[in-house]
Amino acid sequence: MSTNVQLEIFEGPLDLLLHLIKKNEVSISDIPIAAITAQYLATLELMQNLNLDVAGEFLVMAATLIHIKSRMLLPAGDDEPDEDEGIDPQEELVRRLLEYQRYKDAAAELEQRELLTRDVFTRPAATEQAPAQGFREVSLFELLTALRRVIERLPKDDAHEVVLEKITMREKMTLILDILRAGERVIFVALFSEVKSRMEIIVTFLAMLELVKMRAIRIFQEALNGPIQIEAAVGIDQATERVAMEVEPQG
Amino acid sequence: MERADLKPIVESLLFVADGPLTLQRLGEVVEGSSRDEIRTVLQELQAELDRERRGVRLVEIAGGYQLRTPKVNADWVKKLLGGRPPRMSRATLETLAIIAYRQPITRAEIEAIRGVDVDGVVGTLLERNLIRAVARKDVPGRPFLYGTTPEFLQLFNLKDLTHLPTLKEMEELTLPEDQGDSIPLERTEES
Repeated sequence: MSTNVQLEIFEGPLDLLLHLIKKNEVSISDIPIAAITAQYLATLELMQNLNLDVAGEFLVMAATLIHIKSRMLLPAGDDEPDEDEGIDPQEELVRRLLEYQRYKDAAAELEQRELLTRDVFTRPAATEQAPAQGFREVSLFELLTALRRVIERLPKDDAHEVVLEKITMREKMTLILDILRAGERVIFVALFSEVKSRMEIIVTFLAMLELVKMRAIRIFQEALNGPIQIEAAVGIDQATERVAMEVEPQG
Repeated sequence: MERADLKPIVESLLFVADGPLTLQRLGEVVEGSSRDEIRTVLQELQAELDRERRGVRLVEIAGGYQLRTPKVNADWVKKLLGGRPPRMSRATLETLAIIAYRQPITRAEIEAIRGVDVDGVVGTLLERNLIRAVARKDVPGRPFLYGTTPEFLQLFNLKDLTHLPTLKEMEELTLPEDQGDSIPLERTEES
């Protein structure tokens, strides 16, 4: 089967239906259900052929459409609609489409507004973590290089002692936070000065990354290839609280 | 304090402030001036900047006042600052619109409107600080109710939530025959 349907990215079944309704130049309240259902199913098939992940919601909508279509095929019975049938599925669908269309329009209108950092600008906030003059942020690559150097510095062939190590990220995070809360800057390698095993280095490193993510600490260097330094950042109090409260993640 | 002194002081405060400054905050700083005096000065400043088509304008945002560059200069400012403005996907924008107009609202309620799962999108919005959990709904499972933040107002240049663009009425979207076939296309109020 060759199709030259332009496949757009649909946000969901309602979005796809609205697209079909628009394409057919019909009104939401007056959907030609047979035609729309056929096109809807064809689009789903196309999505599947293209190995797109067709979410369950799309299939539920397909079932709804087929249900509505089948009801229309039934001979018109009594004038009185069945009381126990509940809401007319077509009415319900129209209501949902209209409501969704409303918010789609609203979203489009919001997007037209004068957006901050797209159309209009303010002076950047001074409390924003602007690095002190002459400082630069450290890339992940540089961090990994530094990490490798730390690992390489580990004493190599000591007697091979197997111990069950119990180091948790949380402990390490608490340790780093304690050091930095004093307000001092710490040099990256100093964090690892007491560290004795490869595992411990990695856990310490991960704990450090986690704290960066929580915006509790900031990693920078004064010059390219200069020593990597760490200091407390805005989120440190919040992070300390969170780390203290959090249940031990694993073991 | 003379108004001639007050105006440049207020202008300085607006310039150095990190975010929108409320009338209350301005009043706390500029002692000896009444709210009315400050408000008048703000209005004068706003009118001046607009009239002279200056490079910064005074805008009412998120319950306060903030200096912002006018849209006409956006390209120049972007050229200086570099980087690209964060783009918002359609899913994010639609979800945000639903939350903005229907707050407080639960995830399930948003999903009912959009017809798709919104976990990821809600996560993104929370991360970007555009929405927050405001309460829990008193239904089984006690789900979070979400609402927009002051950052949302700042991003979309809104004075407050009442200044959201009016949501189209359902009737505006549907064709007249839906109301019954005797209703004319242009309905008049007096009927």
